[in-house]
Amino acid sequence: MTEPAILKLENLGVTFPNHPVFTDLNLTIHQGEFWSIVGKNGVGKTTLMRAILHQLRPTTGKVSYLPNAGGVKIGYVPQFRNIDSDYPLTIKDFVGLNLTGWKWPWLSRKEHAEIEHILAETGLTKLAKRPIGQASGGERQKAYLAQALVESPNLLILDESTASLDPVTKTELLDLVIELNQRLHLTVLFVTHDIPMARKYSSQYLMLTPAGAEQGPISGLTQEKVWEGEKNV
Amino acid sequence: MFSYEFMRNAFAAGTIIAIICGIMGVFVIARNMSFLTHTLSEIGFSGAAFGVFAGWAPLNGMLLFTVISSVIVGQLSARSERREAATSAISALFIGLGILFLSLANKNASYATSILFGSVIGISASDVQQMLWLSILVLIIVFVIYRFLKFDSFDHTGARVKGLWTNTLSITFLVLVALSVSVAAQIVGSLLIFILLTLPAATAKYFAHTVGGMMILAVGLALIGVWAGLTLSYVTNYPVSFFIAAIEAVFYFMALGWQKMQTAE
Repeated sequence: MTEPAILKLENLGVTFPNHPVFTDLNLTIHQGEFWSIVGKNGVGKTTLMRAILHQLRPTTGKVSYLPNAGGVKIGYVPQFRNIDSDYPLTIKDFVGLNLTGWKWPWLSRKEHAEIEHILAETGLTKLAKRPIGQASGGERQKAYLAQALVESPNLLILDESTASLDPVTKTELLDLVIELNQRLHLTVLFVTHDIPMARKYSSQYLMLTPAGAEQGPISGLTQEKVWEGEKNV
Repeated sequence: MFSYEFMRNAFAAGTIIAIICGIMGVFVIARNMSFLTHTLSEIGFSGAAFGVFAGWAPLNGMLLFTVISSVIVGQLSARSERREAATSAISALFIGLGILFLSLANKNASYATSILFGSVIGISASDVQQMLWLSILVLIIVFVIYRFLKFDSFDHTGARVKGLWTNTLSITFLVLVALSVSVAAQIVGSLLIFILLTLPAATAKYFAHTVGGMMILAVGLALIGVWAGLTLSYVTNYPVSFFIAAIEAVFYFMALGWQKMQTAE
């Protein structure tokens, strides 16, 4: 692998009171890789993402970002957001929320251009003025993706982001992600239960099971293996 | 009407209040904090009663109580599942304390009524000045933390994932609401303060779809309510808070009706 490593997990373990979630997890992720993180509910996928986002202090080991050009910036797309049908902001404004910092309250011309650019990249230009509360599930997920991408991250986490989408929309969204992954060398962590999708898009997988973790090139991941891992307590 | 000094003061104070409430209200609505705002206004009543008991200006008592309690409420309600219950408990405690302080201060019922329901007659030029300074302070802080506050208010999930200091932001915002409540209570009274902090912004969200647009509209709606309320109160001699409450509520119901027609189309 000639690409530089950007994220390293060393002997990582998280234990909740009387309940180890996972232990001794080692993983190195290189720039431009597309990892699928699989495993049944409760096995610690979201806990792992929270540890990676430094929202949770691991019990053992560490998560380190290995600085390459420009440092590591993370974009995160959750499965669900609390957005009601009367949520007022337009898709464009929602995407622009992520441009924070000690800056003027109004967006600069350059920032407007950045938002327009990312809306074009995600196929949302025509929907820019639609209130996000009135957008469909697929359009919302694209808007969440656009918001995560507007600050030009080099690591993108899709945390079951496609779980509630129909197959066509799911494919559309992941086609977009893989295109960005290949063109911009965006590193992707895709947390999913959908093994066929994982096989179609990822280059590597990490499977969490109650008995431990397994990783490797995506060709080694089969539905049978996941079922077997889930039984293996 | 403007030949009376108290009416000029009331209009100046009303204008300041409408601006501050319109702007803060947009965040109050986005953060689903209407109930908490209501509680802060009750705490404001208690603070004003304490001020009277201690021989201070009611506004100073209000500021003391609302600012301290907003920090406590912020800590207690960091977990949203217990926010309602914690807020109710604090609200009950402070209404009780307000009644106790009023009774200890040996003031009559009409004094309590003016704290609870507001009054236009009692506002002096120095009150207006104090409200102006407090409002400028609130606006400067909002200006400085605007982008963070906007992200956290309109997309808490995104802001948390980005690692923004959401807890500090939340407490800072509550202190700002506390200051706004204390300012606005002078005219509409502590019982009805949440009208101006919630209804104009709640109405605006059906017509404007950017944060700036909502602020402009909410300030406009609050200004119409306050100016029309003061005028009608002057003409009819009925309480100003009634008119402001009625006007803002009508705007809100009209917005709901409009929204319903839009979705039915």
